Amino acid sequence: MSDQIASALPGAESKGFVTVAEAGLCGMITLRGDLARLSFALAPLGLEIPAQRAITQAGERSLAWMSPDELLLMLPYAEAAEMTGKLQEELRGEFATVANVSDARAVFSLKGEGARDALAKLCPVDFAAFEPGEIRRTRAGQVAAAIWVADAQEMRLVCFRSVAQYMFDLLTIASMPGSEPRLCC
Amino acid sequence: MSHRLASGGRLIDRTAPLSFSFNGKRMSGYKGDTLAASLLACDQILVGRSFKYHRPRGIVASGAEEPNALVGLGSGNRFEPNQRATTTELFEGLRASSQNHWPNLDFDLLAVNNLVPQFLTAGFYYKTFLWPRAFWKHVYEPIIRRSAGLGKAPDAKSRDADRYEQIYAFADVLVIGGGIAGLQAALAAAEAGARVALWEQSAHWGGRAPVDGVEIDGAPAEDWITATVERLESMENVQLRLRCMGAGVHDHGYALGYERVSDHNPGSDAPRHRLWRMRAGQIVTATGAIERPLSFAGNDIPGVMLASAMRDYLIDYAVAPGGDAVIVTNNDDAYRTAIALRRAGLGVVAVVDARAEVTGALPQAARDAGIRIIEGSGIRKIKGSKRVTGVEVCAIDSRGVATTHQLTCDAVGMSGGWSPAVHLWSHCGGKLTWDEAGHFFRPDPDRAPTGADGRQNLRICGAANGTLGAVLAEAHDAGTQAAAATGAKGRATKHASDTSHDEAPLEPVWIMPRQAEYKLRMKMWLDYQNDVKVSDVQLAAREGYQSVEHTKRYTTLGMATDQGKLSNINGLAVLSDALGQPIPATGTTTFRPPYTPISMGAIAGGAVGEVFQPLRRTPMHDWHEANGADWEPVGQWRRPYCYRRDGESRTQAVNRETRNVREAVGLLDASTLGKILVSGPDAPRFMDMLYTNMMSTLKPGKCRYGLMCNENGFLMDDGVVARLDETSFLVHTTSGGADHIHGWMEDWLQCEWWDWKVHTVNLTEQYAQVAVAGPKARQVLERLGGMDLSRDALPFMGWTEGKLGGFDARAFRISFSGELSFEIAVPAAQGRALWDALLQAGESLGVMPYGTEALHILRAEKGFIMIGDETDGTVIPQDLGLNWAISKKKEDFLGKRGMERTAMQDPERWKLVGLETLDGSVLPHGALAVAPGRNANGQAHTEGRVTSTYHSPNLGRGIAMGLVARGPERMGAVLRFAGAQDKIIEARIVDPVLIDKDGERQNV
Repeated sequence: MSDQIASALPGAESKGFVTVAEAGLCGMITLRGDLARLSFALAPLGLEIPAQRAITQAGERSLAWMSPDELLLMLPYAEAAEMTGKLQEELRGEFATVANVSDARAVFSLKGEGARDALAKLCPVDFAAFEPGEIRRTRAGQVAAAIWVADAQEMRLVCFRSVAQYMFDLLTIASMPGSEPRLCC
Repeated sequence: MSHRLASGGRLIDRTAPLSFSFNGKRMSGYKGDTLAASLLACDQILVGRSFKYHRPRGIVASGAEEPNALVGLGSGNRFEPNQRATTTELFEGLRASSQNHWPNLDFDLLAVNNLVPQFLTAGFYYKTFLWPRAFWKHVYEPIIRRSAGLGKAPDAKSRDADRYEQIYAFADVLVIGGGIAGLQAALAAAEAGARVALWEQSAHWGGRAPVDGVEIDGAPAEDWITATVERLESMENVQLRLRCMGAGVHDHGYALGYERVSDHNPGSDAPRHRLWRMRAGQIVTATGAIERPLSFAGNDIPGVMLASAMRDYLIDYAVAPGGDAVIVTNNDDAYRTAIALRRAGLGVVAVVDARAEVTGALPQAARDAGIRIIEGSGIRKIKGSKRVTGVEVCAIDSRGVATTHQLTCDAVGMSGGWSPAVHLWSHCGGKLTWDEAGHFFRPDPDRAPTGADGRQNLRICGAANGTLGAVLAEAHDAGTQAAAATGAKGRATKHASDTSHDEAPLEPVWIMPRQAEYKLRMKMWLDYQNDVKVSDVQLAAREGYQSVEHTKRYTTLGMATDQGKLSNINGLAVLSDALGQPIPATGTTTFRPPYTPISMGAIAGGAVGEVFQPLRRTPMHDWHEANGADWEPVGQWRRPYCYRRDGESRTQAVNRETRNVREAVGLLDASTLGKILVSGPDAPRFMDMLYTNMMSTLKPGKCRYGLMCNENGFLMDDGVVARLDETSFLVHTTSGGADHIHGWMEDWLQCEWWDWKVHTVNLTEQYAQVAVAGPKARQVLERLGGMDLSRDALPFMGWTEGKLGGFDARAFRISFSGELSFEIAVPAAQGRALWDALLQAGESLGVMPYGTEALHILRAEKGFIMIGDETDGTVIPQDLGLNWAISKKKEDFLGKRGMERTAMQDPERWKLVGLETLDGSVLPHGALAVAPGRNANGQAHTEGRVTSTYHSPNLGRGIAMGLVARGPERMGAVLRFAGAQDKIIEARIVDPVLIDKDGERQNV
């Protein structure tokens, strides 16, 4: 099957004052339940339970706070289905829900110093005060999105798969050369 | 005549000449000019015609307050009407045209209105055209529309060529206004450690301090401005924006900034305008003040301008307003203009001062420069028509019958004092108080705008606060206080000190001369743009208008695009005088955002073209697009209505697709259907509450169709539920209803049943889903292989999961067409591959995709209802004969109580039936069945309506469903439906299920 699976916009890339690229398929698992109980199941992965609006990382996996009773586990796409089953098994009998949502999403990578400036045109977020280790659920243009700092050079944005083209167009327009707002210091 | 001086002009670059055109005439200016400055430099005194009377109009001001010099700018896709020449920066190739003239600017036939001004007094629309009634629409309105109005709308076919964007920004302290007060406030706040944003609407820092000769720490203000801007630029916690107007202040420190990024450089890469959506902890406004005109006869004749504007043009752009000027004033400030003109070597004929004795320092300096001062006097009238040729002077306290001096001049500078620009203070609730000494409304410090915590969140300083002398100390305080209010702990350095001339108090003059006779008053303009005169406001007062808000609307005073920036105070002073009450008793009209008009493009921002709205796409969207899909919007999705093949009409395509499902096999992209996971120990109980029928008894591996109602019992959504295991269900919703139903579930779980152990997860987009429907459906799927889909292994209304041709699939044995049908769900990433595989596998079986219209016809042939067709928010399940899906065993479910209301039990309710036209034609959608008799309004009674209607290619005739009074009891009755042009279409009431009533086809 692996040759027949496709992310929403394979290979899409635009180069403005930010380089916007679709990041391909990423594994994502929604976990709902009491965070303390979820932490028990997640402990073997070496991931710390993130504080409110935070994201923690361990190797190729990261764990993001979504709401007081929801976490998002991000991991390589190929691991997602199996991990979903494993976590469901771990949490059997608990009031907890584990769902593979990898295919419901599209992920974009934003590289370049102006990434925050471009995002400021789309999201009501104070990016100057946005630190690595934070994740922000917000909106971009007219759709829902979540944003975090991947590293010093890159920010990542996740949205629903069906609006991937809309999001790519938004990000491309927001980073058009000549429209730099020179906002973040 | 007005002209450019040989030297000077602090804002222009004489090494960079620019050419532009006005009404097709080529002219030239310099880089740094405003359009108004270069028009004046070319002696273009006449720039437009007024709204009602088509009077010749010249430039009055030098900034955002300009009421007259509005032009059409650009052409074609870049044409924009009503652009202020005074705030338009000149660029190479600029094309401007004057407005509201016919046939041309110099010779305007509609100026005939001016000869009969009695016709057009206050409230003339209301009075003159009341009778005869029909004349308004057919005679008066077309004439008025032709003669009134300003700019013309862009051509309907043109499309804005520019890009616009919005941006969100945050600051501890937002300072609006980049004059010396604003700069100082920003500096103080920044030094205290606050994160500061500073906006200035013009292209230059420092405001009018350099023009007015302000000195700071003993040096020209310009030195301090340069140093302060450099210092602010070097600070990491400061954001400076030129060409960015504070347009509005809204609740909780939310401010809008209108940045004209590239108006001065059209066609560049940059967006044209950028709208800043700023959330600030504290706001400081330092927006300066606006000079007031004086109301004397002929004050609108080209060549009469504000005294401050005169010296702006002179000092900033080296443009002389004329060769010989008369200045008329009631205060000392205007003497600055007289002195500046004299210093530039221009003629100052006289300063006409309303005050009896003029002894201040500035007048003395003027006297010393040899300028003649005529005290205790005013202008009786201006001479000239399209430009000033002279003035007649009279005693200020007179009726203006006798002329005391005849002066020849070609320019008149007027000053009636200054009004603080309090607009932003007022936008969010700040109140004003009347300043007895300064004769203006100023912000009331005890009634400031407040934030969410009830504390002051906006401060105001400098001239905007009514401080017309030294401002730096006050600005420093505003900046430090604002910073402290946001928690900044640092200390600002000591501020510099600015000088202030010792100015004598002004003497208010609202009408010049004070007892002017009617003949003069009807030539005194208050609102230049809307042609409102002193006599109009007085007339309104005589007719009983007392409220300033009513008078504004009756006379249109202050209702033009300048929103009364010049006319406001003069107008309400005249009104107060006419009403015999003090000005504060009259009050002022409400200031509302935006400060000056902002472009529609900035309001729309980036939401245009491809990204006007999000378009949701399924994993198979591109295939549909490449294969002839005729799109239909469904929520924010686009779904194929049908797929047209070469030469096919829509109808032909729909008929082909519909028949193919009954005869062979069709594929439907059902990915848009809502798919919500409901899980948890209390999930069965929750499902029983959501649905009208029983869901808790559903066995894992089975599916059940269910109905959801709102609290009132009205049908809201429907779909198939699959039970995944003991504690989890997969809820399928309608395509358009997915988000709403998910929200509805969360609403109940979070607000009402918060202690129930249920989770919901919206998995709509996790799965691509394909309906494979038709007698050959199973054959297609068997060719993919891997899953036993036989009748016994997967009976009707069962589901299973596993590998289907290598895909990770769930197969639901459900049917919305009445045919043998499977819905195959796979992870979205596999969706396109599945679609391709099904097409390939089914090729020799005649597989073809079908769209939403075929889906509708197929379900209508089976009598299946559709949410949104058979329902409209007033329909309960019982109306649709769905009583079988309403549990009688359950104690409660959402909508149960609503259904028990008397009106819902009424046997006369319209109920679902099938309809068959006697002639086989297709009933019009929504057609009403007409019953005998008429109601109280003389309308025909009705007894039913069509809810779904199609041509059925399988039955070869029109089929329809409808809601009919006591319908199911009246099988066989013939109803009369009203068609277009009073045509009556007869249709018989029949069973809505027209094909395979026993369900044999789907159960094979």
